[in-house]
Amino acid sequence: MKLFRIRGGVHPHDCKTLSADKAIEDLPMPSLLHIPLQQHIGAAAKPAVKRGDHVLKGQLLANSQGMISAPIHAPTSGRVVGVGHYPAHHASGLSVHTITLQPDGKDEWVELFPPADPFALDPAEIATRVAAAGIVGMGGATFPSAVKLNLRNRYSLHTLVINGAECEPYLTCDDRIMREYSANVIDGIRVMAYALGVENIIIGIENNKPQAQAAMREAATAFPNIQVVGLPMRYPMGSEKHLVQTLTGLETPARGLTADIGIVVHNPATALAVRDALCEGKPLVSRVMTVSGGAIQQPRNLRVLLGTKVQDVIDYCQGFREEPTRLISGGPMMGNVLPDTRVPTVKGCNGILALTAKEVSENQESPCIRCASCVQACPCGLLPLEMAANARAGNLDAVTKLGLMDCIACGSCSYVCPAHIPLVQYFNYAKGELASRQRAKHKQDETKRLIEQRNERMAAQERAKKEMMERRKREAAAKKAAAAAAAAKTAQEASA
Amino acid sequence: MTAILILMTLGLLLGGLLGLAGQYFKVEGNPLQEEIESLLPGSQCGQCGFPGCSPAAEAIANGAAPVTACPPGGKALAETLAAKLGVSVDLSGVADKGPMIAYVHENLCIGCTKCFKRCPTDAILGSSKQIHAVFADACTGCEKCFEVCPTECIEMRPLTHTVQTWYWPSPMMTGVAA
Repeated sequence: MKLFRIRGGVHPHDCKTLSADKAIEDLPMPSLLHIPLQQHIGAAAKPAVKRGDHVLKGQLLANSQGMISAPIHAPTSGRVVGVGHYPAHHASGLSVHTITLQPDGKDEWVELFPPADPFALDPAEIATRVAAAGIVGMGGATFPSAVKLNLRNRYSLHTLVINGAECEPYLTCDDRIMREYSANVIDGIRVMAYALGVENIIIGIENNKPQAQAAMREAATAFPNIQVVGLPMRYPMGSEKHLVQTLTGLETPARGLTADIGIVVHNPATALAVRDALCEGKPLVSRVMTVSGGAIQQPRNLRVLLGTKVQDVIDYCQGFREEPTRLISGGPMMGNVLPDTRVPTVKGCNGILALTAKEVSENQESPCIRCASCVQACPCGLLPLEMAANARAGNLDAVTKLGLMDCIACGSCSYVCPAHIPLVQYFNYAKGELASRQRAKHKQDETKRLIEQRNERMAAQERAKKEMMERRKREAAAKKAAAAAAAAKTAQEASA
Repeated sequence: MTAILILMTLGLLLGGLLGLAGQYFKVEGNPLQEEIESLLPGSQCGQCGFPGCSPAAEAIANGAAPVTACPPGGKALAETLAAKLGVSVDLSGVADKGPMIAYVHENLCIGCTKCFKRCPTDAILGSSKQIHAVFADACTGCEKCFEVCPTECIEMRPLTHTVQTWYWPSPMMTGVAA
């Protein structure tokens, strides 16, 4: 298959050998699970259990709220020991609503109702079941998958692309999933293609994963509509817009969706979760993640129950070789820093990396020499040096004009910068600041609306009061007149 | 007779002309005032000393009030206003305590409805002899309720970040940048 070139990108050392040969293992049952109610983009789920309840594995713990949301299920059987707050799997270290579950060790499934044949279901029914299983994008974006499976209603789709690029260094969980569960992944992919109503399926896998490519090719031999394509190794090949452009030559419009050009992109781990939900009726309660980095004693690929503490995962890998300089959730390029090891694992966490000082290689920033290395590295065709200079000066309008919203925060610019300027950090700050300003503006508009409504209501009440008074006055006057008339009448009668 | 007629037509004509001119060349207040008003929080809290945001905006536009007049707006608003009016301003004196929102201590609330009645944005839920609560999303931190509470059960708390609203600080501030 002919591939198309994308611009920019970098070639970081992939460090995948640390964990690529380690087969997926199940993490032993942890003593306590902290399950956050928000493990997805959108509205947080609402608790459906209370403290003291006994739940079975796969039982609903929290309901999804609204269109873009996902429910949460019990990762194992046990007792709910708390519905409260716990530090989030997030760089801020803030607390979020969390259900704490004490496993009873039996790991007993709730009764499951898998459909006899997923392909006999209505496509909308598949999306409904995927939504009910709490499946979100497992590549790390955690966008509710059901919403993406429902895109056929609004877009004319023709291709499903499976993003097996896994371009982030260190991560090998998708690689292992595609090697070990290739048949299941293909089943999941076929179910998703059926739900989307598309025939054409392309599985893109970077060339540093030849075993995964071979396994997927073999599993897909029975299906001529599935193509397995080897992708050149270049970061960020796994960015969905760039992946689609590499495979099809079609460019996604700025700030648009790949669905605008008829393509939907899903991750192999999501496909596996969809297969488990549709063929076995199992909701999403665990995920495969890579535990790696120079500071980890024994890097591994583990299937971890959602809500397991990061500390438990690291303990199973024999702990730290040395004190890590940085603890990261996800890949080293785009992952998030974790504040400490007691935070729980979540649906979107595809890796836990403990990096040494040598791997982090923090350098002192020096002034920009305008070498434009960042311009060459930017896969989106932006001018990172100009954008960062403006962000630094607080000129956010100019940053927006230079295309801030087209930045995918891949970090290629920061990676190549010879002056070690934290370019992508500036853009993340600028995006956050702009969103915050937008929220403030929204609140101001809402405040105005509330004040107007209140003033109107007050005026209406005032009017009603006045009217009531007048009516009473009139009634009193009428009564008085009637009484006077009656008195006059009696007087007349008396005189007569 | 003709004189009366001429004068009358003249009067009518000129009067009509004047009326039309009044309509076509109407001056819409001070446009700057409207712009400033749109920047102000709009909670009509009166902390600036003016009876509402509109009179405050007028005073700021005329130069009668400083750009730092709005306490809930804080430093950010003062900066925007200074940029809009092209004045330089010393911000060191502006106390920026950040956005605050009211919080009702439930064990002290007696359900008097005083705060509930004064809230300009209907951000307080309650009725007589019921514990009141604040809708954090609708509260503008105007402190009107704070002043009237007979049991002092309302506390103004700084608005803390949630996971949804948190974002990385600028690399300049964290000291990562040299």
